[in-house]
Amino acid sequence: MGILAAILPSVTLLLAAGGEEGGGVHVSDGGALAQWAWLIVVVPLVVPFLIVFFGKRLPFGGWELAVGTLAFIGLYGTALLLQNAANPIATEFTVEVARIGSYAIEWGWVVDGLSIMMYFLVGVVGFLVFVYAKGYMEGDIRFTWFFASFTLFAGGMLVLVSSPNLIQLIVGWELVGLASYLLIGHYWEDHANVDAANKAFMTNKVADAGLFIGAIIMALSVGSFSFHDALAVVAEGDAGSRLAVFGFWAGLALFVGAMGKSAQFPLHVWLPDAMAGPTPVSALMHAATMVTAGVYLLGRLFPFYLDHAGIFAGGVRPIIMVIGGITLFFMGLLAFVQNDIKKVLAYSTVSQLGYMVAAMGAGAYTAGLFHLFTHAFFKALLFLGAGSVIHAVHSNDMSDMGGLRTYMPKTFWTFVVGTLALIGLFPFAGFWSKDEIIASLYAAGQDGSGAAWFVFALAVGGSFVTAFYMGRAVFLTFFGEYKGHAHPHESPTTMTAPLVGLAVMAAVGGFLNAPGIATPFTEWLAARRFPMGDHHAEAVNWGLAGLVTLVLLVAVFLAYRIFAPDAETQADRDRFEIPVLYPILRRLYYLDDLYLDGVVRPIMGPVARLVLWVDMVVVDGIVNGAGVLARALSRAVRGVDARVVDGFYDGLAATTGGGGSVLRLFFTGKVQQYAALGFAGVVVLAVVFVVF
Amino acid sequence: MEWFDNGWGLVLTVFLPLAGAIVLLAIPRTKEDALKGVALVTSLATFAAGVALLGRFDFSRAGELQLGMDVPWIDAIGARFHIGVDGISLPLVVLSTFITLLVVLYSWDHWPEPHNPKLLLALVLILAVGMTGTFVALDLVLFFVFFEVVLLPMYFMIGIWGDRGIREVPVFGWKLEMRLYASLKFFVFTLFGSAFMLLGFLALYFRSGTILPERTFDIVRLSELGAAGAFTGTFAFWVFFALFLGFAVKVPMWPLHTWLPDAHTAAPTVGSVILAAILLKLGTYAFVRISIPILPQEAANWAWLIGLLAVIGIIYGSLACLAQTDMKRLIAYSSVGHMGFVMLGIATLTSIGINAAIIGMVAHGLITGLLFFLAGSMAHRYHTRDMGRLGGNMKLMPVMGVLLGFAAMASLGLPALAGFWGEFMALMASFDPLDGLDPGLFRGFMIAGAVGTVLTAGYMLWMLREVNFGEPADEWLGKEFHDVGTFEWLAWAPLVIATIALGVYPKLVFGMTNDAVVRLVEQAFGG
Repeated sequence: MGILAAILPSVTLLLAAGGEEGGGVHVSDGGALAQWAWLIVVVPLVVPFLIVFFGKRLPFGGWELAVGTLAFIGLYGTALLLQNAANPIATEFTVEVARIGSYAIEWGWVVDGLSIMMYFLVGVVGFLVFVYAKGYMEGDIRFTWFFASFTLFAGGMLVLVSSPNLIQLIVGWELVGLASYLLIGHYWEDHANVDAANKAFMTNKVADAGLFIGAIIMALSVGSFSFHDALAVVAEGDAGSRLAVFGFWAGLALFVGAMGKSAQFPLHVWLPDAMAGPTPVSALMHAATMVTAGVYLLGRLFPFYLDHAGIFAGGVRPIIMVIGGITLFFMGLLAFVQNDIKKVLAYSTVSQLGYMVAAMGAGAYTAGLFHLFTHAFFKALLFLGAGSVIHAVHSNDMSDMGGLRTYMPKTFWTFVVGTLALIGLFPFAGFWSKDEIIASLYAAGQDGSGAAWFVFALAVGGSFVTAFYMGRAVFLTFFGEYKGHAHPHESPTTMTAPLVGLAVMAAVGGFLNAPGIATPFTEWLAARRFPMGDHHAEAVNWGLAGLVTLVLLVAVFLAYRIFAPDAETQADRDRFEIPVLYPILRRLYYLDDLYLDGVVRPIMGPVARLVLWVDMVVVDGIVNGAGVLARALSRAVRGVDARVVDGFYDGLAATTGGGGSVLRLFFTGKVQQYAALGFAGVVVLAVVFVVF
Repeated sequence: MEWFDNGWGLVLTVFLPLAGAIVLLAIPRTKEDALKGVALVTSLATFAAGVALLGRFDFSRAGELQLGMDVPWIDAIGARFHIGVDGISLPLVVLSTFITLLVVLYSWDHWPEPHNPKLLLALVLILAVGMTGTFVALDLVLFFVFFEVVLLPMYFMIGIWGDRGIREVPVFGWKLEMRLYASLKFFVFTLFGSAFMLLGFLALYFRSGTILPERTFDIVRLSELGAAGAFTGTFAFWVFFALFLGFAVKVPMWPLHTWLPDAHTAAPTVGSVILAAILLKLGTYAFVRISIPILPQEAANWAWLIGLLAVIGIIYGSLACLAQTDMKRLIAYSSVGHMGFVMLGIATLTSIGINAAIIGMVAHGLITGLLFFLAGSMAHRYHTRDMGRLGGNMKLMPVMGVLLGFAAMASLGLPALAGFWGEFMALMASFDPLDGLDPGLFRGFMIAGAVGTVLTAGYMLWMLREVNFGEPADEWLGKEFHDVGTFEWLAWAPLVIATIALGVYPKLVFGMTNDAVVRLVEQAFGG
C-alpha cells in the first residue's frame, strides 16, 4: 500500500565510509561497533519509561535499570574509545524521518573522536554518579521517579552529542533542559525549588531562542541541517557562498545558545540555583551533562568558528573569548562569598566553563575539550565529596562543618585530590588542561589579538581566584574543629567507592594529554571528518606554567593564613571581608536583581496586566461598542427593523437559567432575524459587485 | 473498494455522523446506554473510514486530489457536489474523525449539566459532519454550507451547557451569564465573518463568468484561474479582504480573537476540545485551500500584514496568558499565540511555512485538545479553575499532574513532541519568505516569534508551578480525589501517543503534506 512507502522511514544510510576526506584525515568507519552505537542513545531514552512503569516492583526500585543503562553506556563508550585509539573512527548514520520542502529531517548518530569522548564521559562519570546516588537517595519519597528522570538526563545528553544535524541537537538540547527541570524541581513541595527549576528552564529557553535562530540561519545558508554539509561548505571556503554572507550571525546566534547551557555570563544565573536538586544531580550536571553542551557545540562546529579563510564565523571568536574571560574571572570571584559548599562548587563550574569557552574562542579545540574532559572527573568528584559531607552533617553551610578530616578520611583525601586537580597543581589533571588553555591564549596574543592578551591576564588571575576559593572551602570544611551539631561519620562504601574511582582520574588523567610526554587525547579528538586546524603546543611552556603555579600557591597560602585551622582565629576568619568588593559579590553583581525586577516581574505583572486590560476593555470594548452602535443606528434608521438588533440584547438581558432560554432565544427568531439581516446586507453588496 | 475510491469513502466519512445523529434523535432520552452505544459505534465507524482513507490514498501522488467525486448539485447556480482530498486536507480529515471519537469516549461518564446526553451527542456528531465536510469540500457553496453547519451546534453547546458564572463586561457595565455572553459573541462574530466570506465567494463566482463560458464555484477551477493571473487589481484586493475577514475570525487572528477566550472558557469540556482542536483549523485551512491558490498575487500583497498580525497574536496572546488566574482561560488564550505561529507560517507563502502551518494545526489539535480535557476534568473535581486556589495537584492526583506536565511541555514546543515542528519550521520559513516579500520584515517576525516561544514557556511553567507544585491548600486536605479514570484514559492516551509519535516521526504528517504543499506553492507562485 502507498501509505507504507510514504510513512515508513527511508533505509538507514551509511554516510561517510572511511578513507580520506577533507584533506588527509585518515579515518575508518568503525565497523559493527559504530553501526550499533545507536543503542547508546536509544537505551537511555526507553529505560526511563520502563523505570516509571515497572521500577517500583523491582528490588532496588528501578535503580538497577538506571545503573545498568549507565554501565552499558560506559562500557560501550570505553570500547569505542579503545577502538578509536587503535584506528581513528569518523562516521555517521542517519535515518530520514521527514522531508519538508527540500530539507531532510533526520535522526542519526555520529561516531567520531568528539562524540566518542562524550559517550565515554557521560557513561563513565554517569555510572559512578549513579552508583553513588543509590546510597545518597536511599529513602527518598520519589526514589523511582528520580532515577527515571536521571536516566532521561543522560539520555538527552546522548541525543545531543550523537547528533549529526542541528535538529537532533536541538532535540537533545531541550531534552536535557526538560530532565534538568524535573531534577532541579525534584522537591517540588517547596515553591523555592520549583522557582529554581523554572529559572533554569527559562534562562535556557532564552538562550535557545538564539540557538533556534542560529540553527535556522545556518540551515538555510547551507541548504541542509547536517553538520557535515555545513563543515563541507566551510572546507570549501567559498567567499561567495551564502554561509559566508550569514556566517557571523549564525555563529553569534548559536553561541548565544551555547552561553545558556554552558552558563556563560550573563546567562549563568541559573546554574548556582540549580543546587536545589539532589546533590548527585549537581554532580552529573556540572560534570558530564548539560553544562558541557555549549562547549561541545563549539567543538562540533569548530572549523566554522576557527575560520581560516576569515569569511565565516571567525569574527565571533573574539566575542567568545572575551565572554569566556569575563566568566572565568568574575564569576569565579562570586565563590569567595558563598557559605554553601555546593554554591562554591557551582560558581567554580561557571568559572571553569569560562576557561573552556575562552579556549574555544582562542582557537584551541583540543585544549578546550581536554579541560572539559578532566573537569568532568574532578568536578564530579568534588560534588560527590560535598554530597558525602552534606549527608554526614545534614547541612550545606560550611559554618556547620570544620574538622571533618578526622571523621571522614576517605571523603577528605579524595576531596583534596579533586581540589588540587581543580586549582591546577602539577601534576594533577587540571594542571595539564588548564595550562594548555593559558598557553593557547598566550599564543593567540602573540598572534596579535589584543582581546587574547586581556583574556590571558584574566585566565592567570583566574588561577588565583580558583585556588583561593577552593583553599577556603577545604580549610573551612575539613580543618579546624567541628562546629555543627550532627554526628559526622564516613559515608557507606557505595558512596566512597565512586569517589576513589574519580580521584584516580583526577590525579592522573592529565597524562592523557601532556605535551612532550604523551598526547593520545589529541589524536583521539582529531578523528573527525574534517581537519580541525588548531595547532598544538609541542611542549609545555614551563615559564608560563611556573608563573601560574606561583600564583596559585600564593592564593593557597593566603587562604591558609586567613582561614587558618586553629580555633582562636575563628572570629577573624568569619569577619574576613574585602571592602567594596564583597558587598557587590554578595549581591551577585546585581544581575539577579536586574533580571527579576527589571525583566521578569514587569512582564509578569504590569505588562501582562496591561495587555489583558487592553484585550478586555479596548479590543472587546470596540466589539461590544459596535453592537451598541448598531442598535442605535437601527433606531435612527427606521428602514431597518429596530426590533431585530434591539431584541438581541433584550433577549440577552431577559434570559435567566435553564438550557431552554438559549433555545428560546433561537427559536423565537431573534438570532434567525439577526442572521437574516446579516445576509440581506451581503446580498445587497453582492448585487453591487455584479453590477460593477 | 472501487466505490470507496470513487468518492463514497469520503461521503461515508463525512455523513456517517449525520446518520448517527438521526438515529440518536429516534431513541428516547431515557435510554442512555443505547444513545451512548450509537454515538460510539458511529464515531468509531467514522474514524475507521478516516483510517481507510489513509489506506486508499495514493501517497506517491499526494499533491493531487484523490478519492473524490464531482457531480451536479444545485444546477441553477452551477454549484456542484465536488469533494476530494489531497495531502493538505487528509491529515485534517483524519484528525477530525479522531477527535470526535475521543470526545464521545470522554463523554461516557462526563455529562455537563443540564443532563441531556441525547442532545449533546447529537450535536457532537453534527459538528463532525461540518468539520470533515469543510476539509473535503472543493466547491465554494459546499464549503460554505459545511463551514456554517458547525456554527449552530457549537452555539447551542456553549449556550446550554456553558459556564453559568456571571461575566461582568467592563465599560458597558453588563452583567450576564458567561454562557449567554460567550455563545452570542461566538455566533455574532462568526456570522459577521461568514457574511463577508460569502460575499467574496459570490464575487469570485460572478467574475469567473467573465472569463469562462460558465460561472463556477469550483475551487479547483478557480485556483487554475488564479494561477493564470485572472484575478487582479482592486477586485482581487476587496475579495481577498472579504475572505480574510471570514477566515481570520475563525482562526482567530488578532484583533478579531476576542470571541475565543470567552467561548473556550465558557464551553463545556467537549465543546472546548472540539473548538480548539478542529474548529479553529477551518479558518487556517481556508487560507491554504482558498485564499492563496485563488488569489496568489493578493496573498503576496497581504502577506506582510498577515505576518504582522500573526506575531502580534503570538506576543499578545502569550502576555495575556501571563495575566490569567483562570486555568481554562489561560489555555484558551494560548491558542491565540499558537495559531499565530500557524498564520506566520502561512504568511511566508513558502512550502516550508505552509508545511509548518499544517503540522502546527494537527499538533495544536492534539495538544490543546488534551489540555482542555485535563482542564475540564480538573475543574470537575476541584469545582474551581482559579489557579490561586489550586496547587499541589501532584500530591492529590499524581497521574493527572504528570499528564498536565506532559501537555504543557508539548504546548510550549518541546522538541521531539508534535508542537515543536510547527513552531520551529514557521520561524525557519520566516527567515526566507517568498521572493518579493520583504525579508527584513519577516526576519523581524522570526525574532519576535522566537521571543514568543520564550513567553510561551514562561506561562506554561507558571501554570505548572501554580497548579501542580507546592503543597495543596488546606481546603483540599482530607478530600477524596479520584485520579484519572478509565474513560479519561481511553480519550487521552491516544492523544499522548499521537503527540509523541508526531514529534519523533514527523513524516506521519509531512509525508502527506510536503508534495501537496510544494505543488500548491508552485502552482500559485511558479517554480
